[in-house]
Amino acid sequence: MRKATWRSGALWLIVAGFTAFAVLLPFLALAFEALQGSEGLWGHLFSTILPVALRDTLILLSGVGIFVAMLGTGAAWLVTAYDFPGRRTLEWALLLPLAVPTYIVAYTYLDILHPIGVVQGTIRTLLGYSSPREFRLPDIRSMAGCILVLSFVLYPYVYIATRSMFLTQPGSLIEAARTLGVSRRAVFWRVALPLARPAVAVGISLALMETLNDIGAAEFLGVRTLTVSIYTTWITRSDLPGASQIALSLLVVVMAIVALEQYARRRQRFAAGTRSGRSFDRQRVSLPVGLALLGLGLIPVLIGFAGPALYLATEAYARLGFAGIPPRFVSIVTATVVFSAAATLMTLALGGAAAYAVRVRSCGFSTTAFRLSAVGYAAPGTVIAIGLVVVLGAFDRTANAYAQSWFGFSTGLIFLGSGAALVYAYSARFMAISSGGMAAALSRIPHSLDEVSRTLGESPSGTLRRVHLPLSKTGIAAAALLVFVDCVKELPATLLLRPLNVETLATHLYGEAARGTYEDASISALAIVLIAMLPVVLLSRVGSERNLRRDVLVPTPLEQLPLQQQAG
Amino acid sequence: MEQVRSVEAAVQPMLEIVQLTRRLGPGFVLGPIDLSIAPKEIVCLVGHSGCGKSTLLRLIAGIEQPDSGTLQLDGKMLAGPGVFVEPEQRNIGFVFQDYALFPHLTIEQNVMFGLRKWSRDEAKERAKMLLSLTALSAMADRYPHMLSGGEQQRAALARALAPEPAVVLMDEPFSNLDRDLRERVRSDTLALLRRTNTTAIIVTHDPEEALSTGDRVVLMKGGRVVQSGTGRELYDHPSDPYSAEFFSTFTRVPGVYRSGQVHTVLGAFPCWQEVADGSAAVAYIRPQAVYPTVAGNALTGIVRSRSFRGEIEQLELIVDGLESPLIMRTTQHLDVVEGKLRFRIDEDAVFTFADPQP
Repeated sequence: MRKATWRSGALWLIVAGFTAFAVLLPFLALAFEALQGSEGLWGHLFSTILPVALRDTLILLSGVGIFVAMLGTGAAWLVTAYDFPGRRTLEWALLLPLAVPTYIVAYTYLDILHPIGVVQGTIRTLLGYSSPREFRLPDIRSMAGCILVLSFVLYPYVYIATRSMFLTQPGSLIEAARTLGVSRRAVFWRVALPLARPAVAVGISLALMETLNDIGAAEFLGVRTLTVSIYTTWITRSDLPGASQIALSLLVVVMAIVALEQYARRRQRFAAGTRSGRSFDRQRVSLPVGLALLGLGLIPVLIGFAGPALYLATEAYARLGFAGIPPRFVSIVTATVVFSAAATLMTLALGGAAAYAVRVRSCGFSTTAFRLSAVGYAAPGTVIAIGLVVVLGAFDRTANAYAQSWFGFSTGLIFLGSGAALVYAYSARFMAISSGGMAAALSRIPHSLDEVSRTLGESPSGTLRRVHLPLSKTGIAAAALLVFVDCVKELPATLLLRPLNVETLATHLYGEAARGTYEDASISALAIVLIAMLPVVLLSRVGSERNLRRDVLVPTPLEQLPLQQQAG
Repeated sequence: MEQVRSVEAAVQPMLEIVQLTRRLGPGFVLGPIDLSIAPKEIVCLVGHSGCGKSTLLRLIAGIEQPDSGTLQLDGKMLAGPGVFVEPEQRNIGFVFQDYALFPHLTIEQNVMFGLRKWSRDEAKERAKMLLSLTALSAMADRYPHMLSGGEQQRAALARALAPEPAVVLMDEPFSNLDRDLRERVRSDTLALLRRTNTTAIIVTHDPEEALSTGDRVVLMKGGRVVQSGTGRELYDHPSDPYSAEFFSTFTRVPGVYRSGQVHTVLGAFPCWQEVADGSAAVAYIRPQAVYPTVAGNALTGIVRSRSFRGEIEQLELIVDGLESPLIMRTTQHLDVVEGKLRFRIDEDAVFTFADPQP
């Protein structure tokens, strides 16, 4: 019912609107380009590439979904229901695989489990075989291998969501079940799991979004997913309309997963309605049993983190001793840091503005802009990259043509050639982290602080600077770290949009792996893992109850934010 | 119904609200509100929760925007057709129910928050003065969470007063305090407002607080002003049953209006309202208006219950022809014989209104 008078929050609305538009633009361009493709192209696509890609994608998603659910829920129950030595350490160690990007875990296991690699060699020696022809393990280059490898690094999404659900469940529910004749072990199936189901679903959907984003693991392991198909269609066949069409199909799959997530979240809110102070007591077990449980809990950590990390560390050490720091390493690190830092700043500024606009002027426009600014998060990097190739490519070509005809010189490719396109892609994809993080931080600041600041003569922007920013420093810093790390890890968009002859850590690793020279990239891979460990370490220090990554990485649904409360 | 004191008409009002409305939700509209507040006047806005009193405060502060009507401060239009002055440009102070002290700033920095346009020395001087006025000088370098509830309340008041606002609005400023503390903080606050010649609007839901605080009480109900006047006026001359029952307990006795009086089983009481003869009316009898007597022509009731409350004793009397018991409060020590009590009713303390649902 607000009148359209010019109020002092108007500038924020404009910035929020611009942010939403910028995030949406690649998707619009994608749809436009896909529809440009000829009728025949769709037909070709439907008969050749899509069926295989769609089938492989769905099998991969189902497999990863089932495995991350089992691993994540099992691990969460282990550390909440039982008390054993090393439990607290295990609690955060189970998060470590988050630091290993999918393409790195695939890349290390390809080498570790190679027929003439460490593991198979040791097994042969032990069993007395002399040649790989006499004995070999099933090839990891398969759908099954891909599912397993991805699951062991993606299960923490389920683990995080489910564990916090278990922790917030009132102990009285479990106790009531026990008095009604349910055994301690059966409580998991009868009470805990049914209550945690929405959390499990949220975790699975996040893991599946990562699976869809993955390009390296699937390609290295020979699984032709939709994402891989988009990449090869554009890179090897230079077929932009074709790539756009596959990307559009991929978006349909993404939307299905987002729908699952939204549905689960709604359920989760109901389930989380009853919250009592005390959670249930952990079961104390004897020492041998405790050690056995610890060993069981360590399996995912070993496979998902310790194995790859140790392998990378030894390889990198050997490499450094043998050839020193690779000559290109400094320029690779510089490029990685520059692009990621630029994107982080951009994301923080625009995402923060989108969230703050809702705070200053809560209306349909600002809430819609806030929501739209987050849509990039669900979209695979490939999809955003193809969309940007379409729109920025057209812009670059037009600008170049005009410059030539009017001024007689060539501007080159302004966006695609400079890396601005890459920064754009990172920002569009990770905007939700900063806008969600800022919104979460703001929601913890009472509205009366805004109002008192305004009545004391401060403008909205001044209030942001003098009240909100100082009070949400940690939240913003955490969001900045997460965006930065995600930019460093991001492979598909970087592959498609980096300027010629520029390599980042991720693309360098990809290039070496594609050539089969794994060892050469071990230093880059180790660097990525070390950087990616930062938020995980932070996460474990923040404590178990309040979960930073869930808070910041997963955008808070808007309905949950206290917007404009109506006082009587 | 508007019982405006004669002095107000003479001076230009500090705050003038005319036909102000704001839609709050489906089926609930605040206003139209007309309210005029004189300079240095302290007005207490009272009503049950949800009556719109806090919203009215937020409209005055500019935190919310009205749908129609005008709002003028000292002759300057703050909100009206095509005009909306942002809260930071209004020069209106606000003290929030939860005090809303900035947790990252010290008490002194909180008080200086609104003094950005002042020179640093002047701002320091002003903050120092207000902190000493609110007896918080020793707390200047502490952070809000280190202060007690009463101290936080005073700090919030000091901060609101620092930029010399034309009006200070206080939203339930005493409700977060303990009972004992509340009394003292309230009188200290009022003394400070008087000393600084501040015009103020204080919102409360507590009837007793409303009657004892400020120069004028404005009673609100369902988004509208029911009655406005001094505490004494509202207590002694309620304009309608709602107003009467808001400030004290009554026994409702049904009756019939006939030639200037409402006739009930307890006798006839004068009626100021002009109603048609024979129509239903209700007499509202204050517990204090019922007093024991030994006179021969008195009424008789059966004592149903007695509860001793220290200063007074409350009795419930069953009287023939009355559906609900008659409540009586007395300071005397009564000897009740055989459970019966003879009593009379002070006619001047009885209010009569036409029956709202005849």
